[in-house]
Amino acid sequence: MLNIYQIRQDFPILQQEIYGKPLIYFDNAATSQKPNVVIDALSNYYQHTNANIHRGAHFLANKATGEYEATRETIRQILNAKSTEEIIFTKGTTEGINLIASTFGRKFIQKGDEIIISTMEHHSNIVPWQMLCEEKGAILKIIPITDSGEIILEEYEKLLSERTKLVSVVHISNSLGTINPIKEIISLAHAQGAKVLIDGAQGVVHLDIDVQDLDCDFYVFSGHKIFAPTGIGALFGKKDLLNQMPPYQGGGEMISTVSFEKTTYNVLPFKFEAGTPNIADVIAFRLALEYMNNLGKKNIADYENYLLKYATERITEVAGLKIIGTAKEKASVISFVFDDIHPSDIGTLLDNQGIAVRTGSHCTQPLMERLGISGTTRASFAVYNTTDEIDNFIVALQKTVKMLK
Amino acid sequence: MRELNLYQKQMTINEIQDEIISDFELFDSWDDKYSYIIELGKTMPKLAESHKTEQNIVRGCQSLVWLHAYTQDNRLIFEGDSDAIIVKGLVSLLIKVLSGHQAQEIINSPLYFLEKIGLSQHLSMTRANGLASMVLLMQKYAKEMNK
Repeated sequence: MLNIYQIRQDFPILQQEIYGKPLIYFDNAATSQKPNVVIDALSNYYQHTNANIHRGAHFLANKATGEYEATRETIRQILNAKSTEEIIFTKGTTEGINLIASTFGRKFIQKGDEIIISTMEHHSNIVPWQMLCEEKGAILKIIPITDSGEIILEEYEKLLSERTKLVSVVHISNSLGTINPIKEIISLAHAQGAKVLIDGAQGVVHLDIDVQDLDCDFYVFSGHKIFAPTGIGALFGKKDLLNQMPPYQGGGEMISTVSFEKTTYNVLPFKFEAGTPNIADVIAFRLALEYMNNLGKKNIADYENYLLKYATERITEVAGLKIIGTAKEKASVISFVFDDIHPSDIGTLLDNQGIAVRTGSHCTQPLMERLGISGTTRASFAVYNTTDEIDNFIVALQKTVKMLK
Repeated sequence: MRELNLYQKQMTINEIQDEIISDFELFDSWDDKYSYIIELGKTMPKLAESHKTEQNIVRGCQSLVWLHAYTQDNRLIFEGDSDAIIVKGLVSLLIKVLSGHQAQEIINSPLYFLEKIGLSQHLSMTRANGLASMVLLMQKYAKEMNK
């Protein structure tokens, strides 16, 4: 059993008041808060370690390089990748997807090829493919979903063909919380010879990930949703595939030798990491992952599921409220609407009561259109949230609705 | 309508802003303040559907604002609407302050009342709602009229 009140002490931001009320932070699907170990790691790095990595011939450069590469090994373990060559540091999920669209796309996507995504994708798993399809004359196909927010697998199977080159789907929907059956999605794609990219921005937060068992070709995620700083993330890619792909950006670090006649590229994973990276944040990333491991991924998931169940029960007490996203397999995200109240009004009044939620389309406008709504209010829970907070949230929500009716 | 214009002619933009500020001083809690804004939003005359055109939309990430402008007796008249009630209440305040004045006065009168009544965060949320863009658009209409 986790001691939540102890855990809350690790997150200084949670101790503060907003407009004179204790902060209730229910916007965890947007970004998580950071524990002291992560905050301290940033400061420690600049006080004791700062140096450029991979090339310096001095003590600090070696120390910084060692700590930087230690994060790569920790990520390899978290994802159960075969080797650290398969782990590329990125700015986050969005950059991971763009890297693949740009490099895999350049090499493997031709005119008339097809790429499949689902209706519930985040804009960052839609727009890079639209850009690629426009450039290459390829075709983007969309997997339909049910009204409850689940992928319709039979329809997905119908979309798959020998023309399908890539399937890119989200592991857990940021708007609805739906956990997609990615293992099945992956094996169906592979049966047609297509590669599969999983957008793990939310997935890595709530689930145990084993890229070998999943057999996905790419898995991308961000650090900031799992207690790490913003501006860093990781991309897993199968080694063979990464080796066949051209580099993403040119510059230092990603080269082996440079001459005006012929430049040769560095080996994996450095081939995809041009320029001085975000060293401090990558180092803090490891502390975040270790923090998560110390709590235990299963303990976290069990507790989040408990919060989800509790909140789902309590929120149905609010008259006129409709939950959007009622998939059987769900992560700790509750999206909801009222027929006659705009989400932005809910968000404003909850904010005034110290409660942080997200309102709007959650960067999934096509999904909102499919569901026939302009947006939702979304409450998303993390391990440091409590049932007391949910109770206070329900009281605040009741008051909000009363004010707006 | 004529009466309203006559009334507004008597008050400058800054006088109206000051009046709103003193009105809001009566509220000692956030819920009274927002209940009042919600009430303003609910009682604000609906913008005619014919003016809810694509051209009149001021797009925000979360809520929509419509702004319709025309001139009458050498004054700029604004009408507006929003799909969110709090934003609509704020639109009605902005219209109360800026509508019915001459272009020169609109250009020369910086808006300070939202900050004074503790609602400036709604203007700084550029992407979230259309309010900040709406104020810019109102000023742009004034500048065009002044040319």
